[in-house]
Formats: sequence, structure tokens, C-alpha cells
Amino acid sequence: MASLAIRNLFHDKVRLAVTLTGIVFSVVLVAVQTGMFLGFTTTTSNVIDNSGADFWVTSKGVKYLEVAVPFSDKKLYHARAVEGVAEAEKYIVRFAQWKRPDGANESCEVVGFDPDTRLGAPWRVAEGNVHDLKLPDTVMIDRFYAPKLGVTRLGQAVEIRGVRARVIGFTEGIRTFTTSPLVFTSYRNALRYTDVKADETTYLLVKAAPGADLEKSRAALTSRLTDVDVLTTREFSARTTGYWMFGTGAGVMVLSAAVLGLLVGAVVVAQTIYAATIDHIREFGTLKAMGATNGYIYRIILQQAVVSAAIGYTVGIALAIAVEASSRSSGANIVLPNSVRAGLFGITLLMCMSAAMVSINKATRIDPAMVFKA
Amino acid sequence: MAAIEVRELTKTFAEGAAAARALDGVDLDVHAGEVTLLMGPSGSGKTTLVSIMGAILRPTSGSVKIAGREVTGLPERELPEVRLRHIGFVFQGFNLFPTLTAVENVELALKLKKVRGAEGRRRARALLEEMAMSDKCDAFPADLSGGQKQRVAIARALAGEPDIVLADEPTAALDKDSGRTVMRMLRGLAREKGRAVAIVTHDSRVLEYADRVVRIEDGRVTGADILEETHA
Repeated sequence: MASLAIRNLFHDKVRLAVTLTGIVFSVVLVAVQTGMFLGFTTTTSNVIDNSGADFWVTSKGVKYLEVAVPFSDKKLYHARAVEGVAEAEKYIVRFAQWKRPDGANESCEVVGFDPDTRLGAPWRVAEGNVHDLKLPDTVMIDRFYAPKLGVTRLGQAVEIRGVRARVIGFTEGIRTFTTSPLVFTSYRNALRYTDVKADETTYLLVKAAPGADLEKSRAALTSRLTDVDVLTTREFSARTTGYWMFGTGAGVMVLSAAVLGLLVGAVVVAQTIYAATIDHIREFGTLKAMGATNGYIYRIILQQAVVSAAIGYTVGIALAIAVEASSRSSGANIVLPNSVRAGLFGITLLMCMSAAMVSINKATRIDPAMVFKA
Repeated sequence: MAAIEVRELTKTFAEGAAAARALDGVDLDVHAGEVTLLMGPSGSGKTTLVSIMGAILRPTSGSVKIAGREVTGLPERELPEVRLRHIGFVFQGFNLFPTLTAVENVELALKLKKVRGAEGRRRARALLEEMAMSDKCDAFPADLSGGQKQRVAIARALAGEPDIVLADEPTAALDKDSGRTVMRMLRGLAREKGRAVAIVTHDSRVLEYADRVVRIEDGRVTGADILEETHA
């Protein structure tokens, strides 16, 4: 025998549809907004996170990756001399103008690294060889941005800041938060594509020796290098993400939409479960007269909330996953890892059960005499 | 010992100038094996009395003993257990669960007594059979006549094997023949099964099924009669 909770829930199909629509709407909105937030977060710091470096040496007070002030490259040699440092390389991240074959200009973000050590190299190479970036005038871009940059094939020639460049490879899935596509090239090439002078760099990427004490290495770097900051990769990543997500308000906006979705869902669910409780209030009174405890009635209402949450979540998360999949071919980068999916199920359950509390309060305050009225 | 013993019972709704006294010093005994009718005009306090006798409404003062146990001072959390163990309700409006079939309605009452699964289903069917409803086990309340609904409601009231059955206007929504059938069943519960049956009614046609009649007016007992045995 199906329980009274399930029978009552499925009895009024229109109300059930309204409840489920509210939950699905809420789940999709929260999932997509959270996924966008995570996508943004990942995108803002992906160059840093995938650099392979342990430390980033930056100009003083750099707030985020894209705004470094160039400093003397002599610090490279000082860094290399520090005990516990295995590798240190110059690294350029700088905006530049990309001229498409049709003559139109696009902004791009030139990333110059050392193809030999591969510190800061592109990490998802789909076509081409990173080593070939040692050749003059060679660059690698992401396939997603190829149409935006007017690139239709490997070997195509374009111009960056008036200097010839040839696309020799494609990455796949390396997005940028600034909408200016990342253009990977060698440090030497990057000097020509940007305004960084030959004896300057915007960053130093430092790799500690295996087994080295990172805190000691950092302390040694800090004392050896003056007028710069020495940040761990995690610190610089958090600083960059924090700037874009909270400094600019972009993340707050996305999170606000997620919270709004949660609230709207909770209100819709609370309203429909409450209306259903009122419809069945006499039945709850009868149950109490029959000897059912308040706990039994709580369980009926909560069971309805849980079943609604499970169905609504299943449909909602399926739609959100579809949106996530379609985002791979669009400008938005939505990331929904399993931990977020699982967490969202918990949030949906909590939302529905909280919404049911209003009804529980009503059901347990029934006037007992009502059961005797015809 | 009476199945229900009511002494000096009062019930006042609201307070101050708006206070309304629904019961005023009611004394009453309901005995096992008897049908007791609580009769009186609308607003006389019958339903309030049966609510208190059924431990779902608390009196303002006085004493109510169910199966010898004083219930007026019991904490709220213990009252469901008293109802579950001792009392079966039959309502004027049947109060069946519309989304459950006849047998499921009875099973639900058994579930509250922790009788579940195949045993619950078997006992529910047996109870419906006693009420001559075995062919309607799988029917939903909407597909039953008034009399059939009331018989399912009686089967449900009996599911917990209560000592006491409290019925509120059980024939009011029924035609004459169905009303007679229901009253015969309620009397059978008292005479053959030894249950204490108290029926709130203002339908004088049911007098012939009663062993005792208690008349109530303005919240007071105005008369109590023990009737000679009659047969309908």
C-alpha cells in the first residue's frame, strides 16, 4: 500500500506539477548560477593554477593576473641563486591587439613562457606541439576562440601589435574570463607582441626543488628579491579570483541570482505544500483523533516534501547538466562537478523540508473539534 | 467500573466578556456492553462533550476517566496513545481518506497500532467482511454510498480493537435504511462484543437501539433514562 503521503501528493496532479515546476526552476537556476560561478572562478585563475610553478614573483601589490607591472629581468638570476629553487623563468601576461585576416581588430592576452621548461605552458594542447613555439612568430590559441580571431586553419598568418604571427597549434577548453582570448607563445616572441621591454618581465615563475621546504624557499626568495612580491601559486590564484569575483562584483551578482533562485523555489514549494496541507487538514484532524501523534503527521508532510524534492531535483539537475553541456560550445563556462550536484541535492531537500515546516505548524494546531463537523 | 466516567465537567471557550460555557458540571457514565445516546438540540454541548470524552479536547475543569484512568491531567504527548488504545471514532461526515481504498482506510488505522504488511491487510479485509463490505474492499470512498462509507468508517474505528466507540451523528448523512443498518451494527458492537458505545445524535429514530439516553441542554445533563430492550 502506498503511503497516505504519496497518495495525497499524486492525487492532485495540477498542484504536484506546480510544486515540481517550482523546485525544478529553483534547482536549474541555482545549479546554473553556481556552475557559472565555479566556471568563472576556474577561468579567472586557470593560467595560474595550471602553471606548474610553486611561486609567482610579481610586481608589488599586483591584484590580479592581467595587471602586472613589468620589472627588471635581472631578478631572474637572483631567484635562480636562491637555495631550494629548481627552476625560475620569465613569464609575460599582457594584453595586445590581434588583427584578423579580414582586417578587424580583437583584443587578446599574450602569454609568453619558456617552451623548454614548460612552466606556464598551455595545458590542453589539442593540435600542434608546444616545442614549436620556440620558432619565431608562432602562437597557439584555443579552438573555441578561433572564429573570434578569424582563424580557420593551422599555419594561418595574422598580426599581433603589427607583428606577424602564425598559428601553429590549438588548445581545447582554455577559456578566458576577460573575453580576450589567450595567445600562448614563447617569451621571446611575446616581447615582440607586447610593450614589455627586452630586459623586463611581468612575472617570474619559480619551481622549488623536489623535497624543498616551501616556506623556507619562499622566505629566502622574499629576502633575496626586493621591490617584488613572492606569492605561492595558491595565494596568487585566490587573489586573482577574489578580485574578479568579489572586487568587480561579478561573482556577487552570480551568487545573488543563485540565492534568489533558492528563495523563489522555497516560496513556491512552501505555498503549494501549505495549500495541500490546508486541503487535507481535516484528514490530519481525523488522524489525530485516531491516535496518530504529531510526529506521524510531521512525517506525512515531510515525506511529501522529500518526494517532491527528489523528483524536482532529478528533473532539475538533468536540465542543468544539459545546460552545462551546451555551455561548452558557448561563451558561458558552466562547471558542475559531482560535489556540487550532490550538495545541490542536499540544498533542495533542505529547501523543501524548510518549506514544509510552515505546513507542519498549521497541521499540529488543528482545532480537534473540526473532525466532528459534517 | 464505567468505560468512561465523567464528573463535574466544565468547558469554557474564550475568556472575559467573550467567554462561552459549553459544558457546565456534567456527570456521566458510559458502560461496556451498552449503547448510550447523548441527545440534545444543536449547540447544547454534545460535540464538545464527546470531544473531551475522546481525549481530543481538554476540559476547563472536572474529571474524565477512560478505562479507569484519569486523562484530564495527562500531558499532550500521552493523549494519542489513550485514543489509540481505547477509543474508536465514527463521524457524521465519515472522514474517510479519499485517496485510499476502503481496505487501505482500515489498514491505516491498523498501521497506527503497528500492525503492518500482510497481517494488516488480512485484518482489514476481515473487518470489512464483518461490515458486509468484502466486495468493496478496493473501492475508493467516492465510489461508495453514504451507508457503505459509514460501514467502512466503523470498520476503521474497530481496527484498533478499542473498548469504546464514540459516534457523532452517525446516521445524519444516511437514508433511513442505511441508518438502520449502521445502528444495528453499532448496537451489535455493544451487545455482542461488549464495547461501550456512545452516540451523539438528535435523531429520535435511533432511540430504539439505545440502552441509555442522556439528554443535554445548554451544557448540562437534563435527564438520563435507562430504556427497556427493544428490537428494530
